[in-house]
Amino acid sequence: MSTTPTAPVIEDWFSHDPEPHLIGTRCKQCATYYFPKQTSFCRNPDCFSSDFDEVPLSRTGKVWSYTKHFYQPPEPFITDGEEFEPYTIVGVELEAEKMMVLGQLAADASFEDLKAGIEMELVIEKLYHRDGTDYMIWKWKPTAS
Amino acid sequence: MSHDVAILGVGMHQWGKWGKNFVEYGLKATQDALKDAGLEWRDIQLIAGAETVRNGYPGYVAGATFAEAMGWTGARISSSYAACASGAQAINDARAQILAGFCDVALVIGADTTPKGFLAPNAGERWNDPDWLRFRLMGCTNPTYFALAARRRMDVYGATEEDFAAVKVKNARHGMANPYARYHKEFTLQQVLESPMVADPLRLFEICATSDGAAAVILTSMEFAKSRNVDPVKVRAVATTTPTFPCTTLEMPNISTDSAVAVSEPTRPFKASIAHDAYEEAGLGPDDMSLAEVYDLSSALELDWYENLGLCAEGEAEKLLRDGDTRIGGRIPVNTSGGLASFGEAVPAQAVAQVCELTWQLRGDAGDRQVKGATAGITANIGLFGHGSSVICSK
Repeated sequence: MSTTPTAPVIEDWFSHDPEPHLIGTRCKQCATYYFPKQTSFCRNPDCFSSDFDEVPLSRTGKVWSYTKHFYQPPEPFITDGEEFEPYTIVGVELEAEKMMVLGQLAADASFEDLKAGIEMELVIEKLYHRDGTDYMIWKWKPTAS
Repeated sequence: MSHDVAILGVGMHQWGKWGKNFVEYGLKATQDALKDAGLEWRDIQLIAGAETVRNGYPGYVAGATFAEAMGWTGARISSSYAACASGAQAINDARAQILAGFCDVALVIGADTTPKGFLAPNAGERWNDPDWLRFRLMGCTNPTYFALAARRRMDVYGATEEDFAAVKVKNARHGMANPYARYHKEFTLQQVLESPMVADPLRLFEICATSDGAAAVILTSMEFAKSRNVDPVKVRAVATTTPTFPCTTLEMPNISTDSAVAVSEPTRPFKASIAHDAYEEAGLGPDDMSLAEVYDLSSALELDWYENLGLCAEGEAEKLLRDGDTRIGGRIPVNTSGGLASFGEAVPAQAVAQVCELTWQLRGDAGDRQVKGATAGITANIGLFGHGSSVICSK
């Protein structure tokens, strides 16, 4: 096991355990899900609730679309190493929540294996290393078949 | 009651990378529009500026900036910001003030000077700004959204890389006949397909550049136009409506969609709803259109617009393109101006420029890119966070 200390890129957006998941909220009145978390007011125009439960979101879903990037984005994007490496972004539809969430493709997964509709699962991986710490983020990975 | 207003004058400064103050471009476009309308500066009763956020305060208060540059006259001013839809927002403000009777003659002006490369979010640590977060959390750029839409078309509708390239080839050819376009270069399919891959499946020549440029239109009441013995092109509708919750299409700069658990998906996705609202307001339909100017931020997005505007059924955009229906001479030419492919984006000027193109086409003044017998046209564009717009003009 690596002994490099880790920290989330952003606090309280995902759990970091063997079966990680995104942390969303759900309106106590109309049951609409939110990610990123909505805590102040429900965006359903017919719902006037401001009460939410924090809920784990489904950790699997189906690919909506995907794209591989070959150029380094501007700041505040941070490259992991010295050299920019192409990366892939995947949009995954969560069936139970009826919503789509973007994320990078897991480091050991292959862009060529992606196709709309295939099943993906959520993993937590390093996004970049800085000042002795690995900063972690959620990514999507094809479910082992 | 008719909601029509007259387009009495249009003017543009050529798009490019001229490195000058954006105000200079705007002045040129304004002067051309005044000349085209046969009006004097003092005839303008409202200056509706579309804002740029890349040129400091003069850009934020665009209405006042151009009013001062042309000379203060005590006219009404307004300034509108709605990202890519800023120009349409300014057009709608001018239209509303004319229809409300606050003024008879309004100038709508948008101009920009843009930096090179990717458009980036505002600087600083902005952990509550979704536009900043998308870059920090995953490197989600504007082309990310264009590419996700493109790949979806490939996997679901059988679009090919050649289709995306063919849109660029078509628009580049159209733009060659437009003196205001930045690029006047013909492309072959092969040249486009050999350009570097930026965001798979989109290549460099299929993603629009950022440009300097300016466009102006002078809107008047129908009565004012009549008093000048002009039979003008008319603005028939301006749709600047929001999505309907839940917005289940991915909108820039979000990293997720609304959840459709509690409320089911709306009958029309957001972009189709904008066009639908414009058609309703104009009392016209897709079959009445002679041409369309759409926001081809990427070549592939143009195909989505064919369907969103009702020019063909869902999943049939590639067929419409391959049949040659959307080139000049085809059934429903799209981006006769050359589109963003030939212009690059000058954000606050772009939606105004789309209306300039409709005006020239509907007057029969479009030269070598003229759509024969054009009687009505539609524009469509989309800003950030669901700030889209669509304008319908007719003879």
